[in-house]
This record gives sequence, C-alpha cells and structure tokens, in this order.
Amino acid sequence: MSRRRRRAGAAPGLATITWLYIVWSLAPVLVAVRISFNSGKSRSTFQSPSMRWYWGDPTGSVWNDDNLHIAMGNTLKLAAMCMLIAVPLGVAMAIGLQRWRGKTAAASNGLMLVPIVTPELVFGVALFIVFTQVYTGLPGGLFTQLLGHVTFTVSFVVVIIRGRLAAIGDQYEQAARDLGASRLQAIRLVLLPMLGPAIFASLMVTFATSVDDFVISSFLSTGEATETVPIKIYSGARAGSTPALNALATLMLVVTLTAVGVAGLVLRRMRRQGAGDAGLSSLTA
Amino acid sequence: MPATRRSTRVWAGFALPGVTWLLALFVVPVYAVVAVAFGQIDPLLRTPIPTWNPLQWDFSAMRDVLDRVFGGDLGTVFIRTFWFVGLALVGCVLIGYPVAYYAARKAGRSRGLLLAALVLPFWISYLMRMLAWTNLLQPDGYVNDVLQWLHLMDTPRNWLDGNWPAVVIGLVYGYVPFFILPLYSSLERIDGRLIEAGRDLGASAAQTFRRVTLPLSVPGLMAASVITVLPMFGDYYTNTYLTSGSPRVEMIGNQIEFYLRRSSQPQVGASLVLVLMALLLVLMVYYLLTIMRQQREAAR
Repeated sequence: MSRRRRRAGAAPGLATITWLYIVWSLAPVLVAVRISFNSGKSRSTFQSPSMRWYWGDPTGSVWNDDNLHIAMGNTLKLAAMCMLIAVPLGVAMAIGLQRWRGKTAAASNGLMLVPIVTPELVFGVALFIVFTQVYTGLPGGLFTQLLGHVTFTVSFVVVIIRGRLAAIGDQYEQAARDLGASRLQAIRLVLLPMLGPAIFASLMVTFATSVDDFVISSFLSTGEATETVPIKIYSGARAGSTPALNALATLMLVVTLTAVGVAGLVLRRMRRQGAGDAGLSSLTA
Repeated sequence: MPATRRSTRVWAGFALPGVTWLLALFVVPVYAVVAVAFGQIDPLLRTPIPTWNPLQWDFSAMRDVLDRVFGGDLGTVFIRTFWFVGLALVGCVLIGYPVAYYAARKAGRSRGLLLAALVLPFWISYLMRMLAWTNLLQPDGYVNDVLQWLHLMDTPRNWLDGNWPAVVIGLVYGYVPFFILPLYSSLERIDGRLIEAGRDLGASAAQTFRRVTLPLSVPGLMAASVITVLPMFGDYYTNTYLTSGSPRVEMIGNQIEFYLRRSSQPQVGASLVLVLMALLLVLMVYYLLTIMRQQREAAR
C-alpha cells in the first residue's frame, strides 16, 4: 500500500510544477542560442538562420571582432590556469587539514571555510583594494584575476576533497604503511588514486566557477585586453549590441557543456571501477 | 596513527601553501578594506591612504556612512535591498521547495533525468541566463508576443525600463538553482521509514508532510536560504543588467561598486562593505557552523 502511494504518478500537481520549472529555467537559454543564429541585427526577433554572428560578419562577428575572441581566450586561459593551481593547492590543504590536530589546525580550517560564505562582491572589493594599495608591484589584469579566481575557488576544492577523505578513512594508508611504504609513498600510491573522482569533480567545479565569474574579473580588469566573456555580456547590455554576444555566450556554453559531458563520462567510469562517491554531495549542504 | 610531533609537522606542511595563500590573498585584502574604510584620502589624487594601525583609525567616514544608512539616502537603498532579497527568497522557496521535494521523494524513475535538468543551470553562465531574459523582455521580444497572443495585453511594453518586479523575478531566476540543490540533498536524506510510520499511524498524506517531512527539512531549508541570500546581498549586476542601470532599483551592491570604482570617495565604499558584512555576520556564522557540523559528522 505505502509502496503504491509513493509511485511517480502519485503527485501529478508536483510533477507539473517541477517540469514547468525546468522549462522555465532552460527555455530562455534555448531562445538566446537560437538568436545567435539570427541573420539580422535584432536580439529579440528571429529573422532567418545564418552564421553571420559567428564568422560571417566582417566586423561584428565573434571571429572578426578582436575584442570578442580575446574575451573568450581570456576566459578559457583563466579557467585552465585556475584549475591547475587551485586543485593541487586545495588537495594538499585538504589532506593536511584532515590530519593536522591542534588549535592552529582548527583556526586554519576556520580560515579555509570563511571564503565560502563571503559574498563575491566583498572578494572583488578586497582584491581590488589590495592590488591597488598593497601588492602594487604585481602586473595587473590576467595575473591578478588569476590570483583572485584561485582564492575564490580553493576552499570549494578543500571541502570536496575532505568529504571524500572522510569517507575513505585512514585504514588504506595504514595498510600501505604497514607494508613498508613511506608516508609520502602511501599518499602518492594509495590515497591520490582513491581521491581520483573527487579531484576530477574539483576540476569541474573550479572550471565552471572561474568561467562563470563576473565580479572578481570585472573589479580586477584593466581594460579591453583583460575582459572576459561575462564582462563582455554585461557591458554589451548598454551599448547597442548585436547577436554576436549571443554567439559568444553560445560558444562558451558549448565549451563548458562539452567539458562537463566528457568529465561526467570519465567520472562514471571511475565510479564503476569502484572509486565511490565523488564527494560532490559535501558541497550541497 | 598517533599524533607524533613529526607527523604534526608533516600535515601542517601539507596545509601550509593553502593557508599562506589565503592569508596573503584573503585575510590581508579584507584587512585592507578595513584600513581604507578607517584611513585617509590623498587630498590631491583622491586615492585612498590606508591606515594599518588600529590606534590611528579615523572613524569620520564611517560615521558619515552610518548617518546616511540610518535615516539617510543609503538607508533607502539598504531597505530596498532587503525587500528585493526577501521577495526573491520567498520566490525561491515557493518554486524551489516543491521542485526539490518532488525530485527527492516523488520522482521515481524520472529522477536521473530530472536531476540532470536541475543541475544544468550550474554549467550555464549566470550572465548568459540574464542575457537570455533581456532578449525575451525587449519591446519586440517573445514575452510581449505571447502576452498579446493570449490577449492579456493590447500594446507591447518595455519590461526592462526599471521596474522592481523585473529585478525580483530576475533574482529568483538567477539564484533558484542554487537553492534547489542543497534543499534536494537534505530532503533526499530524510529517512523514508519516518514518513511511512506517520502514514501507518493514521495521518493523512498532508498531515504527514506537515508534521514529519516539513520539520525534518527545516535545517536544509535554512542552509539553502542562507547560501542563496548571501550572494544576493552582494549582487549589483542582475538589477543593473535587467533595467539598463535604472537608479529606481539600485541595490547596496551598486553603491559599493560606484564608490569604489567610479567616485573620489573610496573610503565610503569600503565602509559600506563593512556595514554590509556586519549585517550579514549572523547568516555567515550560521552557515559556517552548519559546514563544521557536517565535517564533524563525516569524521565520525
């Protein structure tokens, strides 16, 4: 009886709300993608399909407008470098914080968690001030943006990895130690492979967060050469813009979704090989 | 492993690069905001001169800001911000709770697909999702077409002319995915046997929901609310983007951004950041304690 009650069809009202919500959340994006293939200048009504705003237009298309493809290059460069720095930094920090005991350790753990609850605007302002007032020797633009992105994302990496570390426990490492491995060998040969899926998940989260970031990149941008895709979309709203913005956003969407899709497939294979939960659930309270 | 002094040093060594990074690029920058807020302004260049020593802090800028917050023009902006965020949170709960509840407890076989659809907005840039709305809400956009086709409206209107409903709906649209996922995972963890027990003891489905499921989901609901509300308070781009920067829907983030980047009074902006953080402190601490409790539970 109770089994029958919990069947999917048991809540038609809720099902309707849920699927309506999903249509509402995704349909506008599909419309924006469609407009990127518009042959005319309008960003609201579709005339006929064309690739004008990707490469056809001699001045305004993503391919031919330097500012647009520079923004795309900047976004991808930042995201790639951010992954390469934030993930190793976060993994090491997670392993350290998981085992380190004492007051300093507790304080470090608290410090690591504060960025997660700090609004991005505060990050933007604080980094903007520190790079103009304190660390004035650093080259502005991409470099400081990268430092900002890493600072903003590293705590997420630590939380994801720690969730997985807690699930693994220390018995595997202990076994490796008993069999004669040194502490570092045990980490390298036993722990890191077991952390594989969580490391992979961290790479995905860091990439997506960096690509999506607007506030920090914007506060630390020094001009057109250091603008990213979100900044371009934002500033395009005021200036009379064309569907080239939609084309730019669509390209970014394709890149991100491809990356996520491939990563998802790899994760699934890793999990099938017995590596367990990726620890992503620890991010969602 | 017994915690020997050597092992302590090894583990501290692992954490050291990350801790150093956060000290240099999180703690120092936040302190720099304080130093600018309580510092001086170069009379000629109008650039801030931070005061690092707390004994020499100058509170005059903060006093002016607080005067303007309590009863002045900035107060209006703060109250408006609270209204927008509050209404957007109500919207998130009204939409997000049924969706998360359905996905977690009722979806059955469609759950995998549903979950993928709920996660998808995470991988779509926030500003692209806003861009999509500006396309739809133009005077000749599809929203007007649909409304006219349904005969709900005779003449097309510009939805982006600085009206607050556009901002609140935009905030809900932007942040509700971040609300649904944490709530989903907490609803999903509720022990199904408790709900069955409620039914077996004679409660109706509605009663069981009200007296069992709902109370058990309160911690998840709180966490989801806090984690969506915190970034909303710092939001200045959603409202600007959806209204072409109309001052009628200005939020506190706009004032902060203005004073820091486009005015000659950066210490006002820095002071506003401190006021905002003081107001959000309770929420931030609440969420920190939630994460720490989870860490402890995971360690057990």
